[in-house]
Amino acid sequence: MSDRDLHTEPHSFWTKYVWSQDHKVIAIQYSLTAIAIGLVALVLSNLMRLQLGFPGAFDFIDPGRYYQYVTMHGMIMVVYLLTALFLGGFGNYLIPLMVGARDMVFPFLNMLSYWMYLLAVLVLVASFFVPGGPTGAGWTLYPPQAILPGTPGTEWGIVLMLVSLVIFIVAATMGGLNYVTTVLQARTRGMTLLRMPLSVWGIFVASILALFAFPALFVSGVMMLCDKLLGTSFFMPAIVSMGQPLAHGGGSPVLFQHLFWFFGHPEVYIVALPAFGIISDLISTHARKNIFGYRMMVWAIVAIGGLSFVVWAHHMYVSGMNPYFGYFFATTTLIIAVPTAIKVYNWTLTLWRGDIHLRVPMLFAIGFISTFVIGGLTGLFLGNVSVDIPLSDTYFVVAHFHMVMGVSPILAIFGGLYHWYPKITGRLLDERLGKLHFWVTFLGTYAIYMPMHYLGFLGMPRRYYAYEGYEFIPASAQDLNAFITVAALVVGVTQLVFLFNLAWSVRHGRPAGANPWGATTLEWQTPHTPPRHGNWGATMPEVHRWAYDYSVPGAARDFIPQNVPQEAGAGGEGPVWGGQV
Amino acid sequence: MVTTAAPVPNSAPAGGWRGLVADWSGDRQAFAVPWGKAMMWIFLISDTFVFGSFLTGYMTVRIATTEPWPNASEVFALTIGGQTLPLILIAIMTFVLITSSGTMAMAVNCAYRRDRVRCAALLAATALLGASFVAMQAFEWSKLIAEGVRPWGNPMGAAQFGASFFMITGFHGLHVSVGVIYLLSIAARVLAGCYEARGEDGGKYGNVEIAGLYWHFVDLVWVFIFALFYLW
Repeated sequence: MSDRDLHTEPHSFWTKYVWSQDHKVIAIQYSLTAIAIGLVALVLSNLMRLQLGFPGAFDFIDPGRYYQYVTMHGMIMVVYLLTALFLGGFGNYLIPLMVGARDMVFPFLNMLSYWMYLLAVLVLVASFFVPGGPTGAGWTLYPPQAILPGTPGTEWGIVLMLVSLVIFIVAATMGGLNYVTTVLQARTRGMTLLRMPLSVWGIFVASILALFAFPALFVSGVMMLCDKLLGTSFFMPAIVSMGQPLAHGGGSPVLFQHLFWFFGHPEVYIVALPAFGIISDLISTHARKNIFGYRMMVWAIVAIGGLSFVVWAHHMYVSGMNPYFGYFFATTTLIIAVPTAIKVYNWTLTLWRGDIHLRVPMLFAIGFISTFVIGGLTGLFLGNVSVDIPLSDTYFVVAHFHMVMGVSPILAIFGGLYHWYPKITGRLLDERLGKLHFWVTFLGTYAIYMPMHYLGFLGMPRRYYAYEGYEFIPASAQDLNAFITVAALVVGVTQLVFLFNLAWSVRHGRPAGANPWGATTLEWQTPHTPPRHGNWGATMPEVHRWAYDYSVPGAARDFIPQNVPQEAGAGGEGPVWGGQV
Repeated sequence: MVTTAAPVPNSAPAGGWRGLVADWSGDRQAFAVPWGKAMMWIFLISDTFVFGSFLTGYMTVRIATTEPWPNASEVFALTIGGQTLPLILIAIMTFVLITSSGTMAMAVNCAYRRDRVRCAALLAATALLGASFVAMQAFEWSKLIAEGVRPWGNPMGAAQFGASFFMITGFHGLHVSVGVIYLLSIAARVLAGCYEARGEDGGKYGNVEIAGLYWHFVDLVWVFIFALFYLW
């Protein structure tokens, strides 16, 4: 059925670029919107660093504003940038092209998904302009403080935040149904599940996670809206505020934390799994070697996806939940390190004795392995209850989660953009600007987050507006904070180089041709670059081999595309098995 | 743009584990069903997580609250002809909704037999039963509101009783209402013959079955709400 033309080719500007049902245009719409709102989050993070590095020097940053910056930065980065860019951006662009479909299975629903996402972003942005400003409850939005006076943005900000999240979840559901159904039901001839590139596997499993994890956030959002607007007490215990008992009583704040983290932990992998997949493809392509242990990589993705649903309460060791829970959740958390380590070993073994081309996408991929290993190892520290309790409210945790799910996925996104930009626009991004962008971003990352690990060990608490007058923090910590701020500003400004490159290369980049990297996967074998409506012209591609036939002995070139018949070269199904039925 | 007309390779799958493995390792599609049906199944699993979270949240606050929980069979009793019948309205509502699942199944049967008129009539009957369910729920809501039950408190006990009641039955009622509109639009399309010519195997009457999946799901959810909210 995958050869069916799913919608008629549009001809007017509006149907082609605005109300478009083409997955490639929707992917670009998603990506540009996500990058735009991501820039807001970047500016907010630099504003936070200004206050921490040079306290009091910028007097418009008062404590309330500071907490609003923290909250909006976190929520935008996790949900509106990373989730949207990986699933809505990369997912939309890559899935149909990589599995050999003409489009997503439900193009109209796909279009709706983008417009709902845009609406969610606009509602979120609107909260900057309402009385009281956006919510400052922290990105986890823990009640009771999130909806009680004293926290910034309890008038309108929190309501708009929750409404925006609910809209986002509707958008993500419409998109996710499309991605999952397309992968399951609309592959081209010969494209078995175990011949799919790992990028598709990562995005596919992440979409399933999104469909099963976002409902918990949806429900907690609806319940908190009821608590805020209707005066119910789902999450509100009996509280005395300013000597007056509030009208609430009998609710369970820990219930919110359970619901939130039942979403929140799979969310980490919704962001990480597509990054894993993209990195696998980048490393294999630019090292001219088949990915090491392809099937193991697939099973690791599936196993991590499954395990991610039974580790959520490791975010709650200090919440006051039953201490015996900690035993269970620490165990499951440490088990998840096994498939994750398999992936890291396999990337390393893929690089080993490969024909490594240090082009910009490859630099970002190798940078990803480095930051991900650092962030993953500190995760093992924090997964243990007894280590987590003293560290949990310090900068050690800030450093950990920024390394593992902030910086690492961002590096994967950059790598992916440098890698697929030639297919999207037909031109290469500028190599020298790209290398400048990579080195400043990568080294800057370490300059920012390495000292934070140390500050955490010193006991510097996170979420504080200012650190003067605490005896347990040595005065020299302030120097380190100033250093981190300077590094963060440099990294922030360097992103302008990337944006310039992105815009400039559309017209002035070096023409790329159909397959500049010599890649095997289907998206590089399209008859046109960029691919036109329907992707494949008159004939659907037929897949004859797995996605990683690089440097096959005896083959004429060092890669054999997936749509080349088996007779035309050795290779074919990888080392073991390719699922021929 | 149709190019290859080869039959779908796994249209006649083997049974049991062997069939499962064959399905998943085959090319083109993992399940021998239309796209819409696969998507509806996936959506319903996702929706299961929504209702699962709602019900888990309700059960947690019911345990957490310090006030006594009102007795559901007294709160939801009706006095008819001088006799107080516990849960009578809920029993009727449940009966109506389960019955509508029966008419839905008959409508699917008629659709595949291409009995358009009877299929549309049965779909309309299903929608009518669904609408009467929503109407009875509206009656129940107004009765409780008249007795002083509010989301933020009630005279019988724990405030979370009203909050959970309005939230869960409201969200389920919304699903039923959407379903009624969905079924009526499908009925109109069946009657207009929209599903006759197009499609591969026997028209596009699979769309009736897809609507049926949604409708049966909404019924099934009600059974859980009935058990966990009204009977507990």
